[in-house]
Amino acid sequence: MSQTQAAVPPAVMAAERVLEVEDLHLSFRVRGSDRQAIHGVSFSIGRNESFGLVGESGCGKSTIALCAVRYLPRNARITEGSVRVAGRDLVTMSMPELRRMRSSAVSMVYQNAGAALNPSIRIGEQVAEVFRVGGASGSEATDRARGMLEKVRISDPGRVMHRFPHQLSGGMQQRVIIAMALAPNPQLLILDEPTTALDATVEAEVLDLIAALRREYGTTLLFISHNLGVVTRMCERVGVLYAGQLVEEGDTGTVFDDPRHPYTVGLLRCVPKWGSRKDAGLLDSIPGLPPPVGATTDHCVYADRCALAIDKCRQEYPPLFDVGPGHTSRCFRHEVARDLPRASAASLPGTGQVVASNGHALIELGNVSKTFRQEGQQIQGLVDVSLRIAPGEALGLVGESGSGKSTLAKVLLGLLEPDSGAQLEYQGKNLPVKVGGRGQEQIRAIQIVFQNPGASLNRRHSIRRIVGRAVTKLLGLIGRQREQRLIELARSVRLDRSVLDSRPEQLSGGLKQRVAIARAFAGDPRVVVCDEPTSALDVSVQAAILNLLVDLQRSKGVSYLFISHDLGVVRYLADRIAVLYLGRLLEVGDAETVFGGPHHPYTEALLSAAPILHGEPKTRIRLEGEVPSAANPPSGCVFHTRCPRFLGDICVNQEPPLAESEPGHLIRCHIPIDELRRLQRVGQPPAAQESPEGPAAAKA
Amino acid sequence: MARFLLRRVGLALVTLLLLSMIIFLMANVLPGDVGRRILGPFADPRAVAALNHQLGVDRPLVIQYLSWLGGAVHGDFGRSLSFRAPVSDLLSRALVNSLKLAAVAFVMVVPLGILGGIVASLNRDKFLDRLISVTSLSGIAMPEFVTGIVLILLFGITLRIFPITATAPAGSGPLTQIYYLIMPSLPLVFVLFGYIARITRAGMNEALDADYTRTAYLKGLSRGMVIRRHVLRNALLPTVAVVATQTGYLIGGLVIIEFIFNYQGIGQLIFTAAQQKDFPLLQAGVLVVGIVYLTATLIADVLYSLLNPRIRYGGAE
Repeated sequence: MSQTQAAVPPAVMAAERVLEVEDLHLSFRVRGSDRQAIHGVSFSIGRNESFGLVGESGCGKSTIALCAVRYLPRNARITEGSVRVAGRDLVTMSMPELRRMRSSAVSMVYQNAGAALNPSIRIGEQVAEVFRVGGASGSEATDRARGMLEKVRISDPGRVMHRFPHQLSGGMQQRVIIAMALAPNPQLLILDEPTTALDATVEAEVLDLIAALRREYGTTLLFISHNLGVVTRMCERVGVLYAGQLVEEGDTGTVFDDPRHPYTVGLLRCVPKWGSRKDAGLLDSIPGLPPPVGATTDHCVYADRCALAIDKCRQEYPPLFDVGPGHTSRCFRHEVARDLPRASAASLPGTGQVVASNGHALIELGNVSKTFRQEGQQIQGLVDVSLRIAPGEALGLVGESGSGKSTLAKVLLGLLEPDSGAQLEYQGKNLPVKVGGRGQEQIRAIQIVFQNPGASLNRRHSIRRIVGRAVTKLLGLIGRQREQRLIELARSVRLDRSVLDSRPEQLSGGLKQRVAIARAFAGDPRVVVCDEPTSALDVSVQAAILNLLVDLQRSKGVSYLFISHDLGVVRYLADRIAVLYLGRLLEVGDAETVFGGPHHPYTEALLSAAPILHGEPKTRIRLEGEVPSAANPPSGCVFHTRCPRFLGDICVNQEPPLAESEPGHLIRCHIPIDELRRLQRVGQPPAAQESPEGPAAAKA
Repeated sequence: MARFLLRRVGLALVTLLLLSMIIFLMANVLPGDVGRRILGPFADPRAVAALNHQLGVDRPLVIQYLSWLGGAVHGDFGRSLSFRAPVSDLLSRALVNSLKLAAVAFVMVVPLGILGGIVASLNRDKFLDRLISVTSLSGIAMPEFVTGIVLILLFGITLRIFPITATAPAGSGPLTQIYYLIMPSLPLVFVLFGYIARITRAGMNEALDADYTRTAYLKGLSRGMVIRRHVLRNALLPTVAVVATQTGYLIGGLVIIEFIFNYQGIGQLIFTAAQQKDFPLLQAGVLVVGIVYLTATLIADVLYSLLNPRIRYGGAE
């Protein structure tokens, strides 16, 4: 990591640690009492090193990041310890000194780039301001701002500088933030979930950019993420946080391949391994919940959830054990951590292929188009989409944001009326396009689980009322029968009966999502639309919800239309995959066929962009630029402007048909499947990385 | 921007037309005819009919409305029945008076209110914040006629600092006129200070907690710079809208203040017209107040969009 050390005179050696966090204690003052959130965290980052901080929500990741710039919430207080950047303690520093540090030595990139830019100041002015703080004159600052925007590969910086934040896409906004952060050439760059809000393809681009700039500038990184795959890609060392304590630390490869803390082991097992499928067994999950902020323990903080815990763990506070070179674990049982027993059964009883894709379809969508009208423009949300869902089948729907995934889901639910000419069928019978025109049986059969259970459940109603209403509405049950059905439902989604009497705000995110699933299953549906059902949840909770969905699919024979941006999750759960781009189907087929390849060049690019925790690093294919506007889609093949395997004029002039290139596998591409197979098997990167029109970075 | 402006003006004109219809109908659906109302229950029916004909109120309602509207467009609102003078003359004189009073109040209360809100927000949950909160709430709670009378007693009669009437002697210069208007505008300042300060405080708090403010601090800017360059222009957006709508109140809703300080403003004129059943004057007065309100909101919309690029430049492309 720090090979430069040898060349540096010994006197500077002491300062070679760019960030040193030592015995950091921090508490929040809530209603008059102090609640400790960070319990003696220590770690340091050497020059040019990239350090990842991982952990689930509420473990204190972002709080530590904010300590490293000393920008804390009004009720937070560092009670003990020090945070030194380039050898200088931020905790005791005076305000003017702190300002100098912020303007020169340490910068930050945030999760929500859109909110981090001032909505009423032009981009150019916001970037130039960083240089002006550093003492540059007006015109010099503007010139340097332009140069900085070029550095982050914004192709038309002059134009972007005159824009306001809301006129840029999410990816562009994050580039601007990165430009501002790197402008003073800081020694330490803190990245707090910098790509969590972005599409996978954009995320991959931004991560590449960060990696490239880091090499160029020699910046030290503190990288915070809940996504272990992203951390694997970006960081040499990693620290695992749990309940405000650093429980394990070491080289990224070592920690993820040979974890020595049961929490790390559990966390890693929750993520579907790349290529793993539900047929191979359920995901493991972590039982219980993390302790609330402010809870203090004099023993191991993880003991309550740990299957390996012995009496000692419940009595003594574990020190940091050296478990290898530069690898530490705060666990008495670090030697056997890998043998942590599974928390959930490896497989379900009576498993096996449920899917019978032969025979009649349960749902048949034919020629579904949806045109939105906005300010005189016609925007094609969906173009001639035809899909079928077999009984008991999980159809995964993937594509970048704006590809029409949710539009298709709403059409199926009857919430959005498609253009005329669309044919919807349920069990071979016509399905009216409006939910109001559907019969009770049809409404009961098609239900939905939303992305954000917090927002989709009425805060003022009890769980009994929320689920009970669905039981009454869909099944017409009242009184004792209703109560019986409620208890049955609660049992099937593994909810304790006592939960029925609570309100949504009293439940954790995972429990709320179980309630939402119970609600959807109230009337014994045949198809459940799952719109990003786990993307708002932590990985340990995500695993439990995915297991539940698999279990319900098996036991009730229900079908899913499963929408997710996480290809690992889709691959785990879906039997068939449909890939959407600009409202058009580009590829449909069995999950393993689509993922195994040969695949459509767009699917190939999506797979290449996915951050993968386990498995071989693949050839990188990057999509340049952004999804074109649906109001003005490209001619010919809509993907040709970004296609890494672009052929030539035929792609520009002629839209390829969605053709069955092998049995059950449809691809919309001019390249013959054998040619795709040859190109993709060799794994050679495409000859021309750039689209014919050059990187379309700035949106028109 | 031009399109936005055009649409807003068009919308304001349509609103005005609707308003004129409502006003006209309200004045005409009252029982009995105009001549009878003017001449009284014992008047000779022939005299009533003659008067009705003279006033043109014996024509169909639609015709009456159109002829009234035609006149109004040219600034001719007919003659006042009680003052026996052209309505437009009476109204324009009253309107000028009202505008003067409103301007004096406005100049005092807007900077004060915004400053109060900013100070409160920068001292959030501390003593100054609480003080400003309490002051502004008491200001809103106290009716103008109470504060008005207290002011007259204190400054006009006991201390003799300000004149007890709002009308300066004829031929006075602008400074004297302003001097006469200070005390009548104080009750208005009390009422409006609270609104403006509270909305400013809320806007400031939101902007201070925003992510972009954190970005600005982490650029290494000083607190003063962050507030001046990043917080204020976002924080004051809602204030602009509130201030503009309150302008309408300052001009149309001041009957009591004008009465207490014996000031010939448009509020008192409308009040008199209503008492005297002077319908031409009443209709025109209400319409003028409507125009003032619409203009104020129009200016607020334009200002708001000038300050807010998200409206000025539309959504993401």
